Amino acid sequence: MTQLSDIKIKDIDVLVIGGGTAGPMAAISAKEKDPNASVMLLEKANVKRSGAISMGMDGLNNAVIPGHATPEQYTKEITIANDGIVLQKGVLEYAERSFGMIQKLDNWGVYFQKDETGEYDVKKVHHLGTYVLPMPEGHNIKKILYRRLRRNRVVVENRYQAIRLLKDDDGAVSGCIALATRDAEVIVIRAKAVVLCTGAAGRIGLPASGYLYGTYENPTNCGDGHSMAYHVGAELSGLECYQINPLLKDYNGPACAYVTGPLGGYTANANGDRFIECDYWSGQMMMEFYNELQSGNGPVFLKLDHLAEETIEEIEQVLHTNERPSRGRFHDGRGNNYRTKMVEMHISEIGFCAGHSASGVWVNEKGETTVSGLYGAGDMASIPHSYMLGAFVYGEICGQNAVEFAKNRSLPALDDSFILSQKERILAPLQREDGIPPHQFEYKLRRLVNDYLQPPKITKKMDIGLQRLKDMERDIEFLYARDPHELLRANEAQHVLDCALMAAQASMYRQESRWGLYHHFVDHPETNNEDWFCHVQLYKDDNDQMACKKRPVDPYVIELDEEEKTAYQKMRIQKVS
Amino acid sequence: MPTANQITTVPVVVDNDKCIADKGCRTCIDVCPLDVLWIDEKTGKAHMRYDECWYCMPCEADCPTDAVTVNIPYLLR
Repeated sequence: MTQLSDIKIKDIDVLVIGGGTAGPMAAISAKEKDPNASVMLLEKANVKRSGAISMGMDGLNNAVIPGHATPEQYTKEITIANDGIVLQKGVLEYAERSFGMIQKLDNWGVYFQKDETGEYDVKKVHHLGTYVLPMPEGHNIKKILYRRLRRNRVVVENRYQAIRLLKDDDGAVSGCIALATRDAEVIVIRAKAVVLCTGAAGRIGLPASGYLYGTYENPTNCGDGHSMAYHVGAELSGLECYQINPLLKDYNGPACAYVTGPLGGYTANANGDRFIECDYWSGQMMMEFYNELQSGNGPVFLKLDHLAEETIEEIEQVLHTNERPSRGRFHDGRGNNYRTKMVEMHISEIGFCAGHSASGVWVNEKGETTVSGLYGAGDMASIPHSYMLGAFVYGEICGQNAVEFAKNRSLPALDDSFILSQKERILAPLQREDGIPPHQFEYKLRRLVNDYLQPPKITKKMDIGLQRLKDMERDIEFLYARDPHELLRANEAQHVLDCALMAAQASMYRQESRWGLYHHFVDHPETNNEDWFCHVQLYKDDNDQMACKKRPVDPYVIELDEEEKTAYQKMRIQKVS
Repeated sequence: MPTANQITTVPVVVDNDKCIADKGCRTCIDVCPLDVLWIDEKTGKAHMRYDECWYCMPCEADCPTDAVTVNIPYLLR
C-alpha cells in the first residue's frame, strides 16, 4: 500500500488547470495583480500549442466595440439568442470588459483588422448587432500568450492530466490530483484557489465519419473539467442545451458565418437557395439546418461559387492558414473548389461548450462556481456564446479573483485517504493484464450517445441510452492500459462517460423544447415558459447520485422589447407568394 | 491478453532522411496536443505511434527541417 509520503506534493497559491485560451490569461492576470503570488498553469498537452486555438483563430466573433455595438445591445442579443435563459449580469460583465481586452491584446501584439482610417474593421454576422472582427494574423496568438506567461514567471507544467479536485473540511477547494501522461506518475498539487479552464467537452458524441478524433473541438477537450467539477460538488448548468455545429461534411472546420458570411458566402440547400435568414450559430439556426437536411431540398451546402476570384482567394487565405489549416488539403483530396461548386455541409456531433451554446460548469459574473475557491472560465464555464474573447475576459476575471481569494487563505489540509484511494483508482487500468482497451470503450460509449442522446430527443430512447451508459459504468473496472498513454485515454474515457450521463440526465429533466435543435424534445415539442423559464442545474446529491434542480433566471438588468424576444425564432426565409 | 494485429494507415508521416530527432530534436513531439508522436526506438526518428490525430498541423508547421507531413485521415478523405 502506498503512503502519502510516496506521493509528490507541490504547493502553490493559485492553480490554473488548462493552458489553452482562458487558462494562460487567468495565470497571467493573477500574476499581474499580485506578482508575489505563486501561480501554476497545468496543461495536458503543451501550452505552446494547446486547446481550441492551437493553430490560432481567424477572428473575434463577439467584439463589443464602441461605435459599432454597446454592452447593453450585445447583452440583449445574447439573451434573445438563448431564448431568455441567461445570467444577464454575466453576459453584461463580459460585454463591458470586451473592448478593454481587445486593447490589451492589441498592445500585446495581436493584430486585428483595421479599415483605411485605422478603425477596427467590424463586420455584421449576428441577427441584430455588429460584432465580428477579423484577425488575419491570428495564427500567432499562442506565441504571444506564451511570451506573456514567461515574462510574468508563471510556473508551467506540461503533460499532466488533472483528474480529481481536492477539498478541505469546510468544503473549499484545495488543489487537485494529476497524472503525468508520459510516465504515469500521480502527483498532488495543493492550492489555495483553483481556476478550471479545461475547454469544451467535445468528445461526447461520435463524428459521422466514425473517426474518434475527428471532433469539432480539439479532442484533448474531453470534459475533464466538467467531470472534476461534478465530482467535487459544483453545479453544472444548461447541459441539455447541447453544442451542435454546422460544419463541412467529414471535415471538422466551421464553414460559413464568420469568415465567408461578411464576404458574401452563405448556407444553401441543394438548389443553391438560401433558406436561413442569418448564419450566426444558434439553436434555431441549427433547427432550420436540420429540417433542410431531412427535407427533399437537402443536403445543405456552403455556397461560394458566385463570388469573385479575389474574394475567394481572400477566403482561402483565411480559412486555409488559420484555426483549421488542413482544410485546403481536405478540399484538394476531394477535388473541391469553392470557385466551381458548392461544398457539402453536415451537422456535428453533440458536445458541451459555452463558447458556442450555453452548457457548462455554472459560474457567476465573478467567475465563481458554487464551490468556494473554485473558479471557471472559457468554453467549460456557463457564460453563453462567449467564444475566444469571452474566454480571455473570464480568464482575466477568474485570475484576478482567485489570487485575491488565495491571499486570505492559509495552505489547506489534505485528505490523505481520499488521495490514496484516488491514486489507486487512477492507476488501476495499468495494473491489469487483461481487459477492455480504452479506445474500444470510448468508441462504444460515443456510438451509444449518437444512437440515443442526440436530437431529436425522445424519452424512450433516452431511457434506453441512460441504461446502456449505466451498464458501461460497470466496465470501468475492466479497463486495461498497456502504457502511460493508454492510461491517459482510459482516464479520459471515464470523464467522457460522466459527460454522457450528464447530457442524458439534464435532457430528460427539462420537459419542454427550447433552443431549436439543441433541446428538441419530441415528447414535449412546445416551449413552456410557465414551467421551464429557468436554468437546469445538475449536481451530485448527498447520496452521490446525479440530480437536477431548477434555478430561477435572475431578474434582467437589461429589459427586452416584446418584438425582440422572438427575433431568433424567425430564422427561415419566408417565401414571397 | 490477446492482441489482434491490424495494419493502419496513419495521417502523420515523417521523412526519416530529413528528421533530426536522433540529434535531439523533439519539436513535433512537444507540440502535438494529443501526444501521438513518439521516438521510434529502432530508428531514433519521430513517428506516429497512436492513430489519434486531429490533423491540426503544429507538428508540420513547427518542424525545423520540413520532415513532417499531415495527411487527412483516410476515414475522412
